[in-house]
Amino acid sequence: MSDNTNILVVGIGGQGVMTATEILAEAAIALGHDAKKTEVAGMAQRGGVVSSHLRFGKRVLSPQITPGTADVLLGFESAEALRWQHMLKRGGITLMNTARLVPPVVELGLFDYPEDPLAEIRKTGNKVVAFDATTIAQNLGDIRLGNTVMLGAIADHLPFGAETLLDCVLKRFERKGEKMVELNRRAFEAGRAAVGEAAALA
Amino acid sequence: MAAVMPVPAASRVLMSGNEAVARAVWEAGVKVAAAYPGTPSTEMLEVISTYPDLYAEWSVNEKVSLEVAIGCAYAGSRAFCCMKHVGMNVASDALMTLTLTGVIGGLVIAIADDVGLSSSQNEQDSRYWGRFAHVPVLEPADSQEAYAMTLVAYELSEKLQVPVILRMTTRINHVKSLVTVGERGEHVGAGFNKEPGRFVMVPGNAGKRIPLMFARDIKLRELAETSELNFIEDGSDKRVGFIASGPAYMHVKESFPNAPVLKLGFSCPVPFEKCRELAGMVEQVVVVEEVEPLVETELKAQGLKVIGKEILPLQGELSPNVLKPAIAKLLGEPFTETTTLAPMQLFPRPPTMCVACPHLGVYYTLSQVRNLNISGDIGCYTLGAGHPWQAMDTCVSMGASMGVALGMDKGRGESDKDKRIVAVIGDSTFLHMGMQGLLDMVYNKGNVTVLLLDNRAVGMTGGQDNPGNGRDIHGDEAPRIDFAKLVSALGVKEERIHKVNPYELPVLFKTIRDEVKVPDVSVIITDQPCVLIKDYHKLKPFEVVEDKCTGCGNCIDVGCPAIHVTRRGKEVKASGREVDLAFVRIETSVCTGCGLCVQPCAPKAIVHHVPTSPIQLVTKGGCAA
Repeated sequence: MSDNTNILVVGIGGQGVMTATEILAEAAIALGHDAKKTEVAGMAQRGGVVSSHLRFGKRVLSPQITPGTADVLLGFESAEALRWQHMLKRGGITLMNTARLVPPVVELGLFDYPEDPLAEIRKTGNKVVAFDATTIAQNLGDIRLGNTVMLGAIADHLPFGAETLLDCVLKRFERKGEKMVELNRRAFEAGRAAVGEAAALA
Repeated sequence: MAAVMPVPAASRVLMSGNEAVARAVWEAGVKVAAAYPGTPSTEMLEVISTYPDLYAEWSVNEKVSLEVAIGCAYAGSRAFCCMKHVGMNVASDALMTLTLTGVIGGLVIAIADDVGLSSSQNEQDSRYWGRFAHVPVLEPADSQEAYAMTLVAYELSEKLQVPVILRMTTRINHVKSLVTVGERGEHVGAGFNKEPGRFVMVPGNAGKRIPLMFARDIKLRELAETSELNFIEDGSDKRVGFIASGPAYMHVKESFPNAPVLKLGFSCPVPFEKCRELAGMVEQVVVVEEVEPLVETELKAQGLKVIGKEILPLQGELSPNVLKPAIAKLLGEPFTETTTLAPMQLFPRPPTMCVACPHLGVYYTLSQVRNLNISGDIGCYTLGAGHPWQAMDTCVSMGASMGVALGMDKGRGESDKDKRIVAVIGDSTFLHMGMQGLLDMVYNKGNVTVLLLDNRAVGMTGGQDNPGNGRDIHGDEAPRIDFAKLVSALGVKEERIHKVNPYELPVLFKTIRDEVKVPDVSVIITDQPCVLIKDYHKLKPFEVVEDKCTGCGNCIDVGCPAIHVTRRGKEVKASGREVDLAFVRIETSVCTGCGLCVQPCAPKAIVHHVPTSPIQLVTKGGCAA
């Protein structure tokens, strides 16, 4: 259906890609949308490529995003953001963490990791905003906040306001106490700000 | 898993197909649910185990899980079992006779086909079992349908006293979509009623049940013809009408919103009249089904002119970007791709073993021992076939490492006359279907060294409990099998059984090297837990002293994903030979201090990140001589 919004979240197993997509789905549902979320997650354990598809709108049929129709690509890792560029529609945007996670097959010298994934993405003509979510999370005191930084990063690129998404993120941490909620609020805002600043410079 | 409060009836919840089935199983008043983990089916039973008022178990294999469910259904209570597609092969012996006895309490078997092979050794179409066993097959197309069809399946099962197959695929099991849930209904079982003519399947009794099975087929087809699960949606574009089931239906609706469609939810037996009705409405009919052309072939046999696998792939998932160009071609229309950008050609990122995984020690060691043929099995340790170890040579089916190893031993050709045969199998796979193979190996005097990798979990599917770790599905204490005693009872000689800590590389190396030389069955049990379960305890991380690293790359051969190359170089040896150098660092934030990489490091360049006592080596277990 043409009125669907298609969000592609990519990264590697263990990074929290699937959880992030689920929170995005919750936000869409909170606003009354129909939604479907699906993954191509490789083998069940960690380290492999993960691409999580979220489609929402009045009614969603096929859960998969057709290549060339994703509105936003949220990349948890640089090379993965590059790998899935063909999924974006013309005029779609990539929001990517600059982190580089080099797999063993590259360490063994069997393959090369692209020197500058960001430059490669720019070459495709697709819009891209890059930021260092890992460092932002570390500066806030916990690398695990990276997930929330990523969700903050996409917050102003959705067909709904950032507040709904923030509420869904914070709801996840309610049980863990006030301090965790506050930390995640800051991580979310830091992600938003990072994308805002990077986009302004571009 | 611990019990949780089920969400109230009429809630609208984002659920995976697996979660939706679990909810329906609970609502249907099921008393017994049993399964063996297997992607993409695992979460069904995991979630069921969190519901109150029912009994759930991890069975040791799929055949046992089905038999447990059969017993419950014979007793008149509702039963559920689920498995991945290959699991049904294991359980099929029970299914093929169950179809003759039928059931009293409803019995639903949810089979998860891994279409697209995200985590399986093959691709199968479980709808065949419906034909083979003469049982109905229901095919949901999303989570709401998975929920609703499970409830319908119990009604159908009890109405015709027949087990019902719920055929799911990865794109149903793992996709999350909205489900409106309902109330739980009590189902009270009548108790077991002794009826030997029906439940004791000896030839004389079974022969009398076969005509009943064929009579049931006719009733089932009548029900399929009138079932609300099979419906036609008319459309304005009559050039092509579609017959579709499961996720393929959604892709058809997405791709051709104006085409008439017959949606098959109750797809076996095929409702031929409904199909004829659609054929009468359109110029031509295309059958869209994953994987095999089952409906298509049956319709063709009925004399219906339909198109299917002539234009659609026999393998893998269907999707709008598969369907649209195929139909455009059929209609002789031009098709423009939605994207002009080709997929990037980047390095692959295969799944890796975890940082500090105990299997790393095993495969590093196997990669250092020469002259081995290594028969492997199914689990995380199948990754040992990949880089850098390349220390697994076969992988067929659950438990196959045993029989294949024996066959390699007995069937040696000229080139492997002097090869040592090794079999590698995990704890859960061994308990699933490996024990029988080991018994066969001992009984038939094989010459095989078996590595039994006991990491106390079903690792690949997420660390589920099994009889090897002493915990049941709820994490509560359960009898724990002693692997050394078990293999001893299967006839392996006491002096050929060794328990080794896989993090102690010299001991592991010596044990393997010694045992492969002995012309007998040896079993080497490695005894350290999966790093993803609670039994694993992290130790202090290591780091590389930069100016001590000589770039030899020995540590990289261990295959731990925490080791990263910082720079590469070349060195000319005294012999004139040029060797590649790779200088490394350890990602200390993820290193858990297993110490594997420390051991092959010649210049002793790997030290504790925070200096402390040497790595703690667990005392070697002691049944070795």
